[in-house]
Amino acid sequence: MVEARRRQPTALRWVFRAIVTTYLFLLVAGPVSLVVRHTFAEGLTDLQGIAEDPDVVHALRLTVVVALVSVVINTVFGVGISLLLVRYEFPGRRLLSAFVNLPLSVSPIVVGLSLVLVYGGRNGWFGPTLEAAGFQVVFATPAIVMATVFVALPLVVREVVPVLQEVGVEQEQAARSLGAGSLQTFRRITLPTIRWAVVYGVVLSLARSLGEFGAVKVVSGNVLGQTRTATLVVEEKYLNFDQGGAYATAFLLASISVACIVVVSIIRPREQRS
Amino acid sequence: MATVALGTGPTARLRRSVRPGHLTTASGVGLGVAMIWFSLLVLIPLSAVVVTAAGGGWTGFWSSVTNEQTAAAIRLTVGMAAVVTLINVVMGTLIAWVLVRDEFFGKRALEVLIDIPFALPTIVAGLVLLSLYGSDSPFGIDVANTRSAVFLAFLFVTLPFIVRMVQPVLAEIDPEVEQAAASLGASRFTTFRRVILPSLAPAITAGAALSFARGVSEYGSLVLLSGNLPFRTEVTSVRILSSVENNNLAGAASVATILLVISVAVMIAVEVLQRRMSRRG
Repeated sequence: MVEARRRQPTALRWVFRAIVTTYLFLLVAGPVSLVVRHTFAEGLTDLQGIAEDPDVVHALRLTVVVALVSVVINTVFGVGISLLLVRYEFPGRRLLSAFVNLPLSVSPIVVGLSLVLVYGGRNGWFGPTLEAAGFQVVFATPAIVMATVFVALPLVVREVVPVLQEVGVEQEQAARSLGAGSLQTFRRITLPTIRWAVVYGVVLSLARSLGEFGAVKVVSGNVLGQTRTATLVVEEKYLNFDQGGAYATAFLLASISVACIVVVSIIRPREQRS
Repeated sequence: MATVALGTGPTARLRRSVRPGHLTTASGVGLGVAMIWFSLLVLIPLSAVVVTAAGGGWTGFWSSVTNEQTAAAIRLTVGMAAVVTLINVVMGTLIAWVLVRDEFFGKRALEVLIDIPFALPTIVAGLVLLSLYGSDSPFGIDVANTRSAVFLAFLFVTLPFIVRMVQPVLAEIDPEVEQAAASLGASRFTTFRRVILPSLAPAITAGAALSFARGVSEYGSLVLLSGNLPFRTEVTSVRILSSVENNNLAGAASVATILLVISVAVMIAVEVLQRRMSRRG
């Protein structure tokens, strides 16, 4: 590796390095740092402004609650599906493994539309029945949660499956032969090995869930103080010429997602060393 | 390094896995519950899109998607996503190369930058790009409400896909193979084209497919940036949303079906490519 690096002509290496750094600066670093500058252009007034706006506070709280509920659902579902996909043989296993990844490439607007078609209160497939039973899905919190769970669905699975495949089943079989039950084997053997993969999956799902916009826009109804989430506040503030408020809210959301990314990049190498 | 969610994916190391066992009662119940949840959340709603689109018959579907404004939006979205994907093929491979084969101060920071477009809320991504390339751009470049805005937004949100697909594959390639090629008299370019590129091709193609799908389905980052001008900067997702808002669910479902077909095709392509990559090991 070191030899190969030495063989590489230095000029070419510098050109590549310069191109990549410039490209990433112009596309990512520059724009992101400008948002930080805009947010603090007038000191802390903009951040204070949104902290004192009850509608924004409500939106932020709703976003956090929805994200946490979605992450819990996706973690339980993700770990379960991963175990099933790797450890068991059943008809349609490959199909399921492919379909689990589908939400990564479906447009958020299509996600929203699909939920409205099934759970819409007026003419959805199940919506009117559910509404008659007193359970409103679309234009209420349940649909916001469903949309958020939908878009973040594959993230835990994609982290956990490769780890499960890598470690194999020897340890689990050993535990079983020593008389451990299913639950005990899972808790004492399987869970510790996939722990970090689950943590990455959770962190990524959290970032994705906090930031979902399109799907939530379609299903939430965007009612001020009720079903308006933080990302919808950014849009609304910007379109109403409250740039300060938009930048401040965007800054809050961006700092959480960047923090998530930094956490992942810090903990991953540590796990690889051990 | 944070190979965020876009790494070689679930099937990458299937070759090394042990033969899976048969379902027990407990895991059977688990599978049942998971399938019910997955159906209620994903399968039934997505089939509802196709069924609703089919409900209007072929003529209904065809007139929805060939509506002049919709057709223009589909052309713009698909064309722009294709152009952006081509750029990503070159830039993504180059970035992966630098991140794997080069060593310099600040490389870790670049690693984090790659993941930002994936984690940043799309509406914030739009705002972020607007601050540097909007009306008060410090460079004097104003792309707001033009097709360049669509281009820029696609380029931003699709950045991580090829990089994150190629990186692990490139890291696995033994530099000795390249040295062998070079010692046999191959030029650097020939070595790259004949030795490295064939091993990277499946990863690049899978990343390109994901990048294309992401571009085609993009919505959030365009809302503030592109102005959604009919025939000019309006993308397919925006068309679907305005149909939904006008309560034309059948029309929305017809256009959505086209996006869905692209998503499913990409998903199958990626699955096949990853299986091929895992066989090569």
